[in-house]
Amino acid sequence: MSDIASRVKAIIVDKLGVDENEVVTEASFTNDLGADSLDTVELIMEFEKEFDIQIPDDQAENISTVGQAISYIEEAKK
Amino acid sequence: MELKRVVVTGLGALTPIGNNITEYWEGLKHGKSGAAPITYFDTSLFKTKFACEIKNFSANDYFDRKEVRRLDRFAQYALVASDEAILDSGVDLNVVDKYRIGVIWGAGIGGLETFQNEVIDFAKGDGTPRFNPFFIPKMIADIAPGNISIKHGFMGPNYATVSACASSANAMIDALNYIRLGYSDIMVTGGSEAAVTQAGMGGFNSMHALSTRNDDPQKASRPFDANRDGFVLGEGGGALILEEYEHAKARGAKIYAEVIGGGMSSDAYHMTAPHPEGIGVIAVMKNCLENSGLKPEDVDTINTHGTSTPLGDVAELKAIKQVFGEHAKNININSTKSMTGHLLGAAGAVEAIASILAMQNSLVPPTINHETADENIDSELNLTLNKPQERKIKVAMSNTFGFGGHNACVAFKSMEDE
Repeated sequence: MSDIASRVKAIIVDKLGVDENEVVTEASFTNDLGADSLDTVELIMEFEKEFDIQIPDDQAENISTVGQAISYIEEAKK
Repeated sequence: MELKRVVVTGLGALTPIGNNITEYWEGLKHGKSGAAPITYFDTSLFKTKFACEIKNFSANDYFDRKEVRRLDRFAQYALVASDEAILDSGVDLNVVDKYRIGVIWGAGIGGLETFQNEVIDFAKGDGTPRFNPFFIPKMIADIAPGNISIKHGFMGPNYATVSACASSANAMIDALNYIRLGYSDIMVTGGSEAAVTQAGMGGFNSMHALSTRNDDPQKASRPFDANRDGFVLGEGGGALILEEYEHAKARGAKIYAEVIGGGMSSDAYHMTAPHPEGIGVIAVMKNCLENSGLKPEDVDTINTHGTSTPLGDVAELKAIKQVFGEHAKNININSTKSMTGHLLGAAGAVEAIASILAMQNSLVPPTINHETADENIDSELNLTLNKPQERKIKVAMSNTFGFGGHNACVAFKSMEDE
């Protein structure tokens, strides 16, 4: 697992209080990991802080799964 | 229209002297002090270094990790206390009409720690407003009743009352009136507070409101004593299940007491100082007697607001003499804040619970830490000093007053004869 992927997963485990095994690439924050709208906002903010990036709202809307978050951040950090 | 009768069918408490009703009563009965050095933060720069914190409480015992993060401590206390009361009431939530169950909850401040920490984070940054999305919903005072209703599905009236230290007394009175008027069958009511934080201690310290007896915290809350020097900040929650009498009878509920009335008034005088002649306090007790259909001589006990501040204690006792006349000296007057400290918005609820437990046990909990009589206080008054007193209680009153000049008083009557 890439460094980015493991850090993303650690944030999700911490913020959503879910088991690490559930945080698979295709898992949806809301449908699979029990996040509500406020949790989703908090996750995006944590990604921004952890990786020192800005995720504009219109792009944040497209990040709804673990894999999408990892790809977005990997792209942003290139 | 005829008002419906309202009874108490469940109790819950999370206090500095006991984490449930049984422990709370044990603490009250034995004159236990909940005061101790503050453990939540470094107090070395603070004038007051002690408070009445909740002890041996771990949120993780009650909530999963995600819930803990979404709940300020004042909301955690609300859920823990109300869960105990709901369970105690024995009400079967699968058969009752949840549209007929409401929650009215008092909090003087709300999520002060959440507010403080979010603002500290903001101030450390570069000015970019990166507030946590849970900041507002964790902090607002009404999230406590909101969370109670979400947990149990109660869909009746739901809101918070905010009147500083009178908040949960106002909550109980509103809850009482909704049932009296037929809007609900059951109301979960009470209050919670968690203000033992840097902002809370610093803020009250700068008002010179808190005791600074750092060398002897357990002796600091000493209502009516000549050497009292301010209140001791407490925290926690208290919950009562109020229920329409016929509804309670029909399901064979255990009934603690009848809630016979409530009084409300305002000092209309000063933001924080009590009126020196206690005119608002006189009015609130008179209102409560009238609303309860009582004569002054019916009252057996008064759990006072009695915070251990120089001005407030004297004004309240003067007012009691004014309202009750000669009968005042027959009343068991006490201040359980001598043990619990001042729970602010939760005070009205935990003190009403103390009054109800006293009635149940025919024992008035003491006003502890009294050493020196105050010459401004009539020595003929029975302030239940230092030791509990046995007494058959038919009617108990509980006073609470808040910054802003808010006064509230609730009356309970024994159901033993019915």
